[in-house]
Amino acid sequence: MLKHRVIPCVLLKDWQLVKSIQFDSFRTIGHPTSTARIYNSRDVDELIVLDIDASLNNEEINTEIITDIADECFMPLTIGGGINSIDDIYKVLKAGADKVSINTKAIQDKEFIKDASSIFGSQCIVCSIDVKKEDNNYKVYSRKDGILNIDPLELALEYEKYGAGEILLTSVDNDGTRNGYDLELLQYIGRQLTIPVIINGGAGLPQDCVKAIQNGADAVAAAYIFHFSQYTPNMIKEELQKNNIAVKYN
Amino acid sequence: MLNNSLVIIDYKMGNLRSVQKAFEKIGCNAIISNDKDIILNAKKLVLPGVGAFKDGMKHLEELDLIETLNKKVLEDKIPILGICLGMQLLSKKSYENGETEGLGWIDAEVIKFEFDNKNLKVPHVGWNEVIFQDEDNLLFSNIENHKDFYFVHSYYFKPHENVTTTTTDYGFEFTSSINKNNIFATQFHPEKSQKNGLQILKNFWES
Repeated sequence: MLKHRVIPCVLLKDWQLVKSIQFDSFRTIGHPTSTARIYNSRDVDELIVLDIDASLNNEEINTEIITDIADECFMPLTIGGGINSIDDIYKVLKAGADKVSINTKAIQDKEFIKDASSIFGSQCIVCSIDVKKEDNNYKVYSRKDGILNIDPLELALEYEKYGAGEILLTSVDNDGTRNGYDLELLQYIGRQLTIPVIINGGAGLPQDCVKAIQNGADAVAAAYIFHFSQYTPNMIKEELQKNNIAVKYN
Repeated sequence: MLNNSLVIIDYKMGNLRSVQKAFEKIGCNAIISNDKDIILNAKKLVLPGVGAFKDGMKHLEELDLIETLNKKVLEDKIPILGICLGMQLLSKKSYENGETEGLGWIDAEVIKFEFDNKNLKVPHVGWNEVIFQDEDNLLFSNIENHKDFYFVHSYYFKPHENVTTTTTDYGFEFTSSINKNNIFATQFHPEKSQKNGLQILKNFWES
């Protein structure tokens, strides 16, 4: 049976790993290499690192740090942030990533997803969608341009059609709040797709992860809970297992 | 020339560095190369790969490696480990984006996962159990049955000869690893499957 994954999802900023709160203020988690090493030793299922300097400031993707992180990871590594071209994907994979997460470029140019998935395979292409609520409607959110007039479900279905392999779905409102995942958002999107959905933003308790999976998430991503609470990835898995959710458990 | 080395074949498809790093971790200094002389001198070969089948075959052809690989594997009987796309390429043909002929070393086809059940998503991505069909296969020595390994693929390998060493359940039991004489392959990624994955690479290298 396929296991539900528990995935740390952290941001890379100024050569440090950080965690955001509602995409705004940042708390430092630690040095990228040592953090990756700890995750590896704890047998986490996967790791996602998003380079927000590259995405916000149009900086070159920091392949040097990606190489350092990848060298510590004997588990799958997804890298995102600032991916604008096929060449960028080559670079990031060459540095040791297994998958890339694409956000801004995908919103602007859906054909890019088609090209990327036909070259690298769908399994390599994660499309990241950030969502914010406005007047009780879910809207796609861009770190640069704010709220966009795009329905996240429509966007997710388009990404699926164009060959995305997974959707990383982040609730901006819940990010870093520890109030739990946005289950309504999950129900709105998760079950409509035939590709896996990783929900992100808001995990504060192991029970939040249980609820997310019961509401249609294939995998849960989190950062705050791993770094600023007493819970470890294994404690979350224990809770999932207690609720009859299959996990990889060493 | 190094003639007792392990060579990871560089055919421009995916995560070569991850594979090399994993071999380094178990004490094997693997070389990444697409140089025919280096490949001809290898003691063992690894055909890794992430990406589309058609591109994989195209790159092997463009690099003019197919004849060299046929000689090494079919005539010299040098051990080879195919990983993920590298396993699928050993088949006779794939139906990924049309029909493409593979290396044809194993009588097998590569077919897309298709499910009516909406809970079974494609790609099959994540950790899934590997169930022994051949208890004594050397690739799995010192590994327990039913351990989880990391998969990420939309197509599966369907053999028409008796080569299956493990299966994995995703809607049905598909072949997750094979062995035929000196040819070994896994659909999952040992280089990304932590401790048990490294053990597989060790078993391959030290056997």
